[in-house]
Amino acid sequence: MATETHEATSACVNSSGNAVGMPQLCGDWFGNQIFWLAIALVVLYFILSRIALPRIAAVLAERQGTITNDLAAAEDLKARATEAEEAYKQALADAKAEAQKIIAETKASIKEDLDRANEEADTKIKAKTAEGEKKIAEIREGALDAVKEVAKDVTAELVASMGQKADGRSVSAAVNARMKG
Amino acid sequence: MRPARAETKGRRMATEAQGADSGGLLFHPMDQFIVRPLFGDGAVGLFTLTNVTLWMAIAVAAVFALLVLGTSKRAIVPGRTQSIAELAYDFVRKMVEDVAGKDALPFFPYIMTLFMFIVFANFLGLLPMAFTTTSHLAVTVVLALLVFVTVTVLGFVRHGAGFLGLFWITAAPLPLRPILALIEVISYFVRPVSHSVRLMGNMMAGHAVIKVFAAFAPMIALSVGVGILVTPLSILAISAVYALEVLVAFIQAYVFTILTCVYLRDALHPHH
Amino acid sequence: MEGDIVQMGAYIGAGLACTGMGGAAVGVGHVVGNYLSGALRNPSAAGGQIATMFIGIAFSEALGIFSFLVALLLMFAV
Repeated sequence: MATETHEATSACVNSSGNAVGMPQLCGDWFGNQIFWLAIALVVLYFILSRIALPRIAAVLAERQGTITNDLAAAEDLKARATEAEEAYKQALADAKAEAQKIIAETKASIKEDLDRANEEADTKIKAKTAEGEKKIAEIREGALDAVKEVAKDVTAELVASMGQKADGRSVSAAVNARMKG
Repeated sequence: MRPARAETKGRRMATEAQGADSGGLLFHPMDQFIVRPLFGDGAVGLFTLTNVTLWMAIAVAAVFALLVLGTSKRAIVPGRTQSIAELAYDFVRKMVEDVAGKDALPFFPYIMTLFMFIVFANFLGLLPMAFTTTSHLAVTVVLALLVFVTVTVLGFVRHGAGFLGLFWITAAPLPLRPILALIEVISYFVRPVSHSVRLMGNMMAGHAVIKVFAAFAPMIALSVGVGILVTPLSILAISAVYALEVLVAFIQAYVFTILTCVYLRDALHPHH
Repeated sequence: MEGDIVQMGAYIGAGLACTGMGGAAVGVGHVVGNYLSGALRNPSAAGGQIATMFIGIAFSEALGIFSFLVALLLMFAV
């Protein structure tokens, strides 16, 4: 070997730092690898079994619990929502019925008022008509009397112009008889 | 015999390295698996801080960041990091429950440790310049042997000699049973081998193939005529293999974990 | 000439060992193909069998990895 001057650190590595044969089969390194592997595995085992796995298990269990609770709560809320909807529908129906009732009542009362007003107006009109008729009758009566008076006066004048003395009593009797006639 | 062969090998590599200086292609697909001390160039001892230490520490830190810091808010509605942490938790837990059964749940932290470590080691190994800890036989063999020992001990503790019923298949005709038992015993002891070599082989193979294609990429600097075809092709191949490696990194972690679950089920319920 | 006859044999052996990976590829394809044809016939049962499919792939692929390992051992460790 030309480079014998360099001290090879292991039988498995030549002087230029290249592997001799399979490094996997180099017995010089077994102890070191096994030692550090043992430490790594023990450390890892304690990390996992003491800290990591219990923590993840707790988190998963907690999540499962939360999910179950949330599902129950959701179920509850859904039931309540259904209930609320029912109540709302009921209220709506009630309100509609109430409104219907109020409308009917109002209609009835308006009709009543209208009828009453009509009736009142009718009676007033009747009263006025009666009054008017009475007045007409009175006026007609008054006119008859005036005609009788005029007729008497005319008769008396006629009689007087004929040269005779008119007797007031007989004139009015004659006029009355004629007027009845 | 071996030292001599290593020396010839060393000479060969040395000539290659010299060739590189004069503009040759460099093929060192295995150099990425060398264990190096982080500080200095000393020999690698048992407690030396090496790139193995560094990348395992990064993997542990990444798992810590994801599973502990990511969930520190304990949010009911999870954020992005917490979602990933919960996804990983659910994924492994479901795997343990479905494959190994409910009574395997005490082993869930152990399996989660394996899965998180392997998946992070695999993905971190895909970073350029990174060291893939799971591509080393020593690492995967320890992981697989841990599973093998756990499963065997658990089986005998739970069922005593009844655990041997795993090898005595009562569904088969009686004359066949001894032969089947032999096969079952062999396959039982091959389990840790295949379990570890599968992971290590997959991780190493992809990385080595990427390195081989990467060595072809600078061909255009040597010869424009050949390089104009080879360089784009090798870059395309690197991208394709890298994409495959991303998939493999996850699938191998998944397969390692699910096989652990299968072995665990065998230990808990040996009577098929 | 560099190297020796042992190295030549090792390299040839490594190349031959790689043919085993083709077998693993056929096996994995077979597993996934059969899974798919079953899944398309009965999609409702498909989801539960993905894990089983991956276990099958893993077993099949392991043998390919073994041959790959043999190749590597021949190349680098013999």
